[in-house]
Amino acid sequence: MAVDKFLIEASHIMMFARSVGDSNPIYHDEDYAKSTELGGIIPPPTFAQSSAQFDPDYFLRPKVGGDGWFGSGKEATGSKPSSGSGGGGGAAMGLHAEQHFEYHLPVKAGDTLSTTTKPGKAWEKESKRAGKLKFSESVTEYRNQNGDLVITATGVGVQTERAVDS
Amino acid sequence: MLKENEINIGDTHTATLVEDLKRTQIVQYAGASGDYNPLHTDEIFTTQVAGYPSVFAHGMLSMGLTGTMLTDYVGDGALTKYGVRFTNQVWPGDTLKSTTTIVDIRDQDGERVVDLEVVTINQNEVPVVTGNATAKIES
Repeated sequence: MAVDKFLIEASHIMMFARSVGDSNPIYHDEDYAKSTELGGIIPPPTFAQSSAQFDPDYFLRPKVGGDGWFGSGKEATGSKPSSGSGGGGGAAMGLHAEQHFEYHLPVKAGDTLSTTTKPGKAWEKESKRAGKLKFSESVTEYRNQNGDLVITATGVGVQTERAVDS
Repeated sequence: MLKENEINIGDTHTATLVEDLKRTQIVQYAGASGDYNPLHTDEIFTTQVAGYPSVFAHGMLSMGLTGTMLTDYVGDGALTKYGVRFTNQVWPGDTLKSTTTIVDIRDQDGERVVDLEVVTINQNEVPVVTGNATAKIES
């Protein structure tokens, strides 16, 4: 997965911050944000994950028209998921096991990032709660409009043999 | 930003992240993040096809909620690193509480930083997110 243009936009940041229960004005009040040392609205620390919005082929978003989507409609499932790529999300039976961010340089509303993702390590483990677990890592580099590396994100996805016992 | 003369190794900060998590908040997160995996918002798919007792929160929602506690403590734009492991699922109705602990105060690339441990627990005191972070501080 690669995203050519991940626009860092104030309204998207506002909606994202709300969804993680964050009312800090640095995420929605431009006048306040401009008065701080940061000089403008910044994204919350996990915002980078929402680059999925800018991936035209992101498999966990219904296609326009809804074709091939595996969620419920008339039936409990539409179809099989189209992709089972690991790392940071996974398919129907895929879960997110770990996520790590390194912040190299500041990101602000108005920036345009691009991303490249490479597969990392892969390993397997037996578990009592969900049978055989297949882990896979993916490493995404986020660069800004100047080509500078701003964030490195490492996701670990896990495919479980069955639903996890709670 | 934290000030070095006001903090010590072992200091902690705790916050309640959410009480009685609503399905609608999970929907909000799906919309904002773009992750529409039906496991998080589609009760019919999740119970009848995937075999779970109900929809459950995105791991990244738990991480995001925990991040709110973290940035409230260390200040805006201070984090240089934040990483977690998702140790248990978060369900609608859960109440989450998160604590961060200063484990080291040190130099990094010519700046002073703190290393922090982070743990978020549910109402049964089961950890749902465990991890660590590093943040710049004022010397």
